[in-house]
Order: sequence, then C-alpha cells, then structure tokens
Amino acid sequence: MIELVFKLLEIVLIIALLIPIAAMLVWVERRMIGIWQDRLGPNRVGPIGILQSVADLLKILGKEDWVPPFSDRLVFILAPVIGAVCVLMSFAVMPFSPSIGVSDLNIGLLFFLAMASLAVYSVVLAGWASNSKYALLGGMRAAAQTVSYEVFMGLSVMGVVLLTGTFNLREIVLAQQEGWFIQTQFVGFIIFLIAGIAESHRLPFDLPEAETELTAGFHTEYSGLKFALFFLGEYLGVTLISAMSVVLFFGGWLMPEPLASWLPPLLWFILKVFLFVLFFILLRTSLPRPRFDQLLSFGWKYMLPLALFNLLLTAVFKLTGGFYG
Amino acid sequence: MMILSPLEWMFYLAALLAVVASVKVITGKNSVHSLLYLVVSLLAVAVCFYLMGAPFAAGLEVIVYAGAILVLFVFAIMMFGLGQDETLHAPKIASMRIWLGPCCIALVLLVQLLYVIDSSALQEKLTSNIIDAKQVGTLLYGPYLLAVEIASFLLLAGLIAGYHFAKPDGQYEHLNIQQSTNEKGEL
Repeated sequence: MIELVFKLLEIVLIIALLIPIAAMLVWVERRMIGIWQDRLGPNRVGPIGILQSVADLLKILGKEDWVPPFSDRLVFILAPVIGAVCVLMSFAVMPFSPSIGVSDLNIGLLFFLAMASLAVYSVVLAGWASNSKYALLGGMRAAAQTVSYEVFMGLSVMGVVLLTGTFNLREIVLAQQEGWFIQTQFVGFIIFLIAGIAESHRLPFDLPEAETELTAGFHTEYSGLKFALFFLGEYLGVTLISAMSVVLFFGGWLMPEPLASWLPPLLWFILKVFLFVLFFILLRTSLPRPRFDQLLSFGWKYMLPLALFNLLLTAVFKLTGGFYG
Repeated sequence: MMILSPLEWMFYLAALLAVVASVKVITGKNSVHSLLYLVVSLLAVAVCFYLMGAPFAAGLEVIVYAGAILVLFVFAIMMFGLGQDETLHAPKIASMRIWLGPCCIALVLLVQLLYVIDSSALQEKLTSNIIDAKQVGTLLYGPYLLAVEIASFLLLAGLIAGYHFAKPDGQYEHLNIQQSTNEKGEL
C-alpha cells in the first residue's frame, strides 16, 4: 500500500514538473531564437523575461473557450487532449535516473513507439473536426507525414535493440556503461532524430501547420485553453524526443567516470536533455521548410533504405562480434 | 460465486470495453466516430493481450493497427470528405434472408468461444506463461519461416502495384510541361 502511495506521488511529481518545464520552453525558445538572430527576444516580464510563460498562460486562461458551431463538437474537444495525454504517457517508461522512473515496462521502447503513433490522432482529428479547409489540409499532411516517418523511426532504434537484446529502456541505459550507443549507432541516431522532428511536427518539418500556406494548419480553428493544450503537447513532444535520444544513444544518466561524480545522475540526464532541446530550437532558426512532396520522398527514398542498411550492418557486426565482442 | 482477482477484473473490464466499442462501430452513423470507436476497441484488445501475458503482441497491436492502419483509414475518409450521416447512401435492408449467412458463421464462432471459456485446461494454458518478443521472433524465423516469406511476397506485390498506380503517367508529365512553360513565360 505504502509503495503504491509513493508510486502515485512520483507520478504526480513528474507530471507537475514536466508541464511547467514545457511551458518554460516557450520562453526559452523565443529568447534563444532572439539571441541567435541578434535580437533580444521577450525580456520584459520578470528578470530576463523569465516570467513570460506565466504571462502567456494568464492571457490564454482569460480567453473565451470557444467551439466553432460548424465543428464536430466532441472530436474537436477530444483532439488536443489526446495529443497531450499520449506524450505524457510516454514519459511513464522514461528512466530519469537510477531510482526515478514510473515503470520498468519490458516493452518500454515499443510503448514509446505506440504512444508516438497514437499521438498523430490528435492532429488528424483536430484537422477533421474543425470542418475547415486549412485545418483539413493540415490534418491530411500530418497523417501522411507521421505514418511515413514512423516506419523508420521504429527501424532506426532497432539497432540499439539488437545490441542490447531488450526493449526495456532502463536496461538499454545500463547496457551503455562501456560506451554510449552513439559510437556504434551514429546513423541510427541521425535517422531517429530526423524522424523525431517529423513526428513532433517541429520546424523544419512543421508542414501540418505551415503558416505561410495553411494559416495555422490543423489548429486554425482552435483558441484559448485547447490551443494551449496543443502547444503543451508540442513542447512536451520536443522534450520527449530529446530525452529519448539521450536514453537510447547518449547513455541516459550515465557519464564517464571523472565527470560522473561531479553531479547527481538526474542532473546529468537533465543537462543532456536540455542540450538536445537547444539543438531542436537551433534547427528551427536555421533551416527552411521543405515542400511536402520533398519531405515524403526524402523519407521513403533516403531515410528508409538508410535505416534498413544500418539495421543490416548492425546485425552483421553483432553476429561477427565486431562491436563489443 | 467465482471471486475475481484484480487482474481478472481488469481483463473483463477491457474485454467489455472492446465489445461495447465494437458494437458502437457498426451502429454509428458517422464514419469518423465509428473509426474512433474501432481505435478504442483495438486498444482494449491490446490491454487484453497484455493481461494474458503477451506484451509484445499488445505493443504491436497498438503500433500497427491503432497507430498506422487506422490512421490511413481516417486519412482516406478525410480525403473523400465523408464523415457526416451516410445512411442516405446505404442500401435498404431488403429482406431477412441476407442475415442468414452471417448468422450461421457467427453461431459457429459463438460455439467455439463458449467452448474456450468453458475448458479450464485451455484457460490455464492461456495465462500461465508470458510470451516475450524473443519467443515470437524465434517462432517466426523458425517453424513459420515459410509463412513469413509468403507474407512478404504478398507485401512486395502490393508495393509494386502501389508503385504502378502512383507512377507518373502522361497526365502528370503534361502538368510538368505546363509548369515549365509558365516559368519560361515569366522569364
């Protein structure tokens, strides 16, 4: 019984920390883009603008929670919730540190992939339920994009699974004590990262919400709290893909010995994840958006064969004892 | 009176959800709502799989069926602009005779289901061991290798057919030519 209470407390604590972090990322992103583009960015609310997200939140809470009369009411309300819930669920299998982590599910990696594939319903249904042409086009793009990139997102991490022989994320982290998988699975990592950006439909792969052609894409008709939920889902998604890259390829909370004793494992994990989040933001500032057909042909013609080739090579090395004997 | 363990409660709850959702799939008038119920039904079946000791099958159920195939269904429905009440297009149920065939098939399934529920030996077999990904893999690439190969040939055929349909034909080239002349015109 006591164990159950502690588990529930842990879950509540993780959620209570993740959601404000996702909100803060909005400010971090705007501020960092500002600095990289030689501007200031939001710096008025609080010291160096750190309270900007709070101000945004207050504003968005004050807005009318409006459902367009021409929309499919039930699905319209359900869509943003699905997105946020699916991303939050994925954190259930995330090993944050040696002792922190909600569940050591044996199929942890599959669970993550399953939740990532369910998250697409949020965007597709939002596009459909809005009953508006911009939103519908955005939703259709999202469906095609995510289904395509999901295929080799799964394939890219199979190299890691081959090397460790498990889907359990905690065991995958522990298997990296002799060396992070980035050394042997560099190609897999690149493919996972690209697929991850496409899955969380962030720039440069934000075609479902491309402002220049679709106003705001799938969330054109959304406002107030429901719009905020989409935003929350997006920034949680960025955090999730960053954390997953760290767990799969960068040793999770592990660090080489002289560094490991400097900080507790959890802080190392957070530091690595933060670096990845910054990288995601830098990508947004520096890359243009591809055309939709370019995006799909890039996925199927280059990424998929590369992922298959990486898997084949890993299998050959594993069988001949090339990596770790 | 049988006393159910919490795990069994979970199982029957998920099973009930699956049945209710499946009924809603075929009684709904809005095709997107029906599809959503189908997703719920598949998720409930995945939970059943998990509780029966097949976590790998549960994971694949969600990833492949709920996460990929049904997304394509939704995609197709959105493409064709369906979704509202489609009973107008549905053929009128002509007579009771068309119910005869499906009823016979369903009856056979029902008898099988009752037998499975009744036989305790089979139930023990279902819940006693956990089947992980490795076991599935060794079975697929051991005794069932031929079946896997045949299935992959079938998929290859589908892929080639898909390529054939999507291949740029005369109409597409015509569009390309038009586009290039437009660009020249601008120059």
